[in-house]
Amino acid sequence: MISVSGLHKSYSELHVLRGVDFEVTAGSIFALLGSNGAGKTTILRILATLLKPDGGTATVNGFDVVSQPAEVRESISLTGQFAAVDEILTGRENLILIGRLRRVDDPKGTADDLLARFGLAEAAGRRVATYSGGMRRRLDIAMSLIGTPPVIFLDEPTTGLDPEGRIEVWQVIQQLADSGTTVFLTTQYLEEAEKLADRIAILHQGTIIVSGTLAELRELLPPASVEYVERQPTLEEIFLAIVKEQR
Amino acid sequence: MTTHALSDTSVMLGRSVRHVTRSLDTIITVTIMPIAFLLLFRYVFGGAIETGTDNYVNYLMPGILLIAIASGITYTAYRLFMDLQRGIFERFHSMPIARSSVLWGHVLTSLVSNGISVVVILLSGLVIGFRSSAGPLAWLAVAGILGLFTLALTWVAVIPGLTASTVDGAAAFSYPIVFLPFVSSAFVPTETMPGPVRAFAENQPVTSIVNSIRALLEQQPVGTEIWTALAWCTGILVVAYALAMRAYRRKIG
Ligand SMILES: Nc1ncnc2c1ncn2[C@@H]1O[C@H](COP(=O)(O)OP(=O)(O)OP(=O)(O)O)[C@@H](O)[C@H]1O
Ligand SMILES: [Mg+2]
Repeated sequence: MISVSGLHKSYSELHVLRGVDFEVTAGSIFALLGSNGAGKTTILRILATLLKPDGGTATVNGFDVVSQPAEVRESISLTGQFAAVDEILTGRENLILIGRLRRVDDPKGTADDLLARFGLAEAAGRRVATYSGGMRRRLDIAMSLIGTPPVIFLDEPTTGLDPEGRIEVWQVIQQLADSGTTVFLTTQYLEEAEKLADRIAILHQGTIIVSGTLAELRELLPPASVEYVERQPTLEEIFLAIVKEQR
Repeated sequence: MTTHALSDTSVMLGRSVRHVTRSLDTIITVTIMPIAFLLLFRYVFGGAIETGTDNYVNYLMPGILLIAIASGITYTAYRLFMDLQRGIFERFHSMPIARSSVLWGHVLTSLVSNGISVVVILLSGLVIGFRSSAGPLAWLAVAGILGLFTLALTWVAVIPGLTASTVDGAAAFSYPIVFLPFVSSAFVPTETMPGPVRAFAENQPVTSIVNSIRALLEQQPVGTEIWTALAWCTGILVVAYALAMRAYRRKIG
């Protein structure tokens, strides 16, 4: 569904992506991990046709992000790292706006459904400027679901949410995948990747240094046999160990 | 694709006009200064200024309207800047919509909001003695010139809106434009100015625009000056549009 190979990107002197390769299969949840500044957002912006790569190829839903950007945009929805909502409009108006632009049949009905689903029904008529950070984030994600695109990109979707809100978003993501949507997300919460993702990739110093299922990643480290109670390493331990190894 | 462009632009226009109507104080901010100038020139300086007309408010009105438009377009730069800051600009660009609608929504909104400001100022003018016997056709011509002037300056405003790094920077560009009418035929006849100033005043865009509007409102023949005015507006429009599109392409990489 998403296929990236040999992706390069520099910001003047800074060589952020140095040959990134990965594949995401249709209907799966793919989590991209990496330290701050690793280039996760950069990859997402390239896949969402907001940024042109310097080298390599990337296709989404079979369309090339450079030569067929319009078709890619038909296939995707992006929730950026920072909530991209209209502060002056109300929550409901924000959803209707996106519904109209995406030409859904019933923008108002769609908006009301989403408001209920994201626990925003009460705040629906208030200007977004009065929303809390978590409410904005939920509205932001709700806006991305309109028009049911086959691929959804979520850049740190649960950053700034309370535990309840996080679980709600996890449920939404799981439902999306169950209904056949391909979900590509980045996260700083390794627990999130562990819970949700079918496949996980770690971006470090410009390349994907490991990728696979959680079980495959676990095999990279020996089980913690020195402990009295044998236990599997958490994804966090795997992540930190691998990143350290590379330094 | 073109039908999409039209419907997307109308959705964007609706959004941005709502921004204007939700902050009506911006209309007040835009109209209060020109109205203050109108009062100042009418009641304070007016008595000492010799224009050779019997109604100085009529004489002032075209220049006052241009000042209002020149300060009104600042809000286009501001709104565009905020869209970029807040990330909604990127959201729109990752969506399957006609990309041209993102800028045109703001530009058309500028025509709407400046249209409102112009009407508010004309109505205030009526109160202090502005009168015109111009017929519908002359008014249509006045509206056309003001519309073209607004369109041209709005595309000028798009450039800092896209490129500024601070809000203040996005607004600062308009100060010299607001100042231009003062060195033109807007308040006093250019014949009274010393040589170089007069040369500048007579050859800058505002004078030809002011004189054309004044002639239309007074039902005088407009002569060739209207062509100079239209040429200025069209020229500014073409250059500003080209530069704005270049800034836009840079922005979206
Ligand atoms: N427009 C830009 N101009 C210059 N440098 C940039 C630009 N955007 C990103 N960078 C740099 O590229 C690197 C990667 O940034 P990116 O935002 O992709 O990282 P990230 O993995 O998403 O980080 P985080 O976890 O903090 O969100 C960083 O060092 C950043 O400073
Ligand atoms: Mg990021």
